[in-house]
Amino acid sequence: MYTLSKNLKLSAIIFMVVGALLFAVDAMFMPSSISDIEAMHAGDDHGTGHEVAEVNDSHGSIATAKGHSEDHAVASHQAEEGHAMSEAEHNQHLLDGYKNKPWSAVYVAAFFFFMISLGCLAFYAVQYAAQAGWSPLLLRVMEAITGYLLPGSIIMLILLALSGFHFNHIFHWMADGITDPTSENYDKLIAGKADWLNVPWLLIRAVIFIAGWNVYRFFAVKFSKEQDEATDNRSHKKSFKLAAAFLVFFLYTESMMSWDWIMSIDPHWFSTLFGWYVLAGMMVCGITTIALITMILKGAGYLQNVNDSHIHDLAKFMFGFSIFWTYLWFSQFMLIWYSNIPEEVTYYIQRIEDYNLPFFGMLIMNFLFPLLILMNSDFKRVNWFVVMAGIVILFGHYVDIFNMVMPGTVGQAWSFGFVELGSLMFFFGLFVLIVFTSLTKRPLEPKRNPLIEESKHFHY
Amino acid sequence: MASTVIHAIYTDDDILMNAVKEVKKKHLHINDIFTPFPVHGLDKAMGLAPTRLAITAFLYGCVGITVATLMMNFIMIEDWPQNIGGKPSFSYIENMPAFVPIMFELTVFFAAHLMVITFYLRSRLWPFKKAENPDVRTTDDHFLMEIDATGKDGEELANFLVTTGAVEINLIANEA
Repeated sequence: MYTLSKNLKLSAIIFMVVGALLFAVDAMFMPSSISDIEAMHAGDDHGTGHEVAEVNDSHGSIATAKGHSEDHAVASHQAEEGHAMSEAEHNQHLLDGYKNKPWSAVYVAAFFFFMISLGCLAFYAVQYAAQAGWSPLLLRVMEAITGYLLPGSIIMLILLALSGFHFNHIFHWMADGITDPTSENYDKLIAGKADWLNVPWLLIRAVIFIAGWNVYRFFAVKFSKEQDEATDNRSHKKSFKLAAAFLVFFLYTESMMSWDWIMSIDPHWFSTLFGWYVLAGMMVCGITTIALITMILKGAGYLQNVNDSHIHDLAKFMFGFSIFWTYLWFSQFMLIWYSNIPEEVTYYIQRIEDYNLPFFGMLIMNFLFPLLILMNSDFKRVNWFVVMAGIVILFGHYVDIFNMVMPGTVGQAWSFGFVELGSLMFFFGLFVLIVFTSLTKRPLEPKRNPLIEESKHFHY
Repeated sequence: MASTVIHAIYTDDDILMNAVKEVKKKHLHINDIFTPFPVHGLDKAMGLAPTRLAITAFLYGCVGITVATLMMNFIMIEDWPQNIGGKPSFSYIENMPAFVPIMFELTVFFAAHLMVITFYLRSRLWPFKKAENPDVRTTDDHFLMEIDATGKDGEELANFLVTTGAVEINLIANEA
């Protein structure tokens, strides 16, 4: 049995408290009025000389779309005419970004940790469905990481509900009057998508997704408990069937979840492989977290039977899924860059112009670094190499979520400040606390999993 | 002086593995082992050095990506930077996404093919090569261990090999 050390518990709580404080302090000093924005830019040569016409994020295009009824022309219209925003409009626009900043920071961090546990759950189901012989020793680690799924998904649901009830403006399509032709907020493009993008239906879907994932998690853990005490393999077989069914459900719902929770932040934009792209990032993060926690436990003297070969296998998965993520990132980027259709390409123009460093920097963290570090078979057995690669990969995928969410919500007002750091720290502390607490609930080694002997003697 | 070798024939891979360990313990030199299929762990038991084929493949891949980059940079950017469908052919980096599929494929192409050719060269395989098989049964169901017996008592060696499970022992003298 694993016992949660006081130090770890204390550190996790300190992370949460410090994170919350940093967040609160920074959120308090966010510019809250136009005059604050003007004051911010007063001493800044950037201020008045700023090329307002370049403002190019989704709110900019929405502003342009007002009273503009050709349905394709939103982005191109802006590109052609340059849409000269007045100074006041520009400041109002920046202010909207700053108002979204604390909310988006929470949203990104909450989604990131939620995504780790969901990716881990999918990987866990794959282990059962594929009847993998190497992994049963790691199943308890995976069950513990998915322990964050329930709290994490409830937090996501609450955040979505708060957006739906207009506590913030993360989702532009939720704005009042956006589907009403008589309103000055009317947006024909969004109105056309209103059958899918409306708040009640979004929340109903979210509840269905979350319920489905958590029900699988509940029964998978229940069956694995029963299997430990059983005299036959019936529970294991039930778990196998359930895993197969869950994977079908998961692939559909994960895809829809990525449209709902991430893609709809840029409601004028769409991409067909977006669900896969989010999935790939999710899987890398899940597997990396499994590897990191396994190595921590192994280093602390638990998991005696886990050997180099298990770490090697996890590192191979990290390597492979990092490349898979890059493949999808590039496929999405290159197809849109190549065809250069205005309604699609604005998504990337904004990211390249305003988010250049995070946008291309994440490629180094998520692709180049793991590619070179984890290519060598010997390095994949060296714990600190895998830890190093894992930490970089996790940060890289945080930046990935950041890049997906921030341009549509805060636009040019982005920075990595205390709100972002604070919410990242808070959710990190919460994640560590929940995951390591759920590790203490059960023995770390499944007792009579039919494949456990193979896993103990796994050797690559 | 004529050199002599002993061919010890086994019929089971587990027995062969144990025999290799016994022979190693006696510090006898194993010239070669012929098996009909890969026996896992045989190279480790024999103490063979790990292959460096993967390292060559990595280097060949680096060559491939360099060739692709230089080629397309010269053709598309330096030699004749045409405007083809509005693609930005001003510098390599600006038009790079379009080149990535070729860069990727050439990396894989060079890595794969040159590694295979390296493998053929290192293991001396080519069409019309004369087979070096000491006993035809080793391609079907027998395992053959060839031990250097020069200057050793053949009788004693043969008796020892029988105890390791060899079903057939042949002493072969090579005219040097």
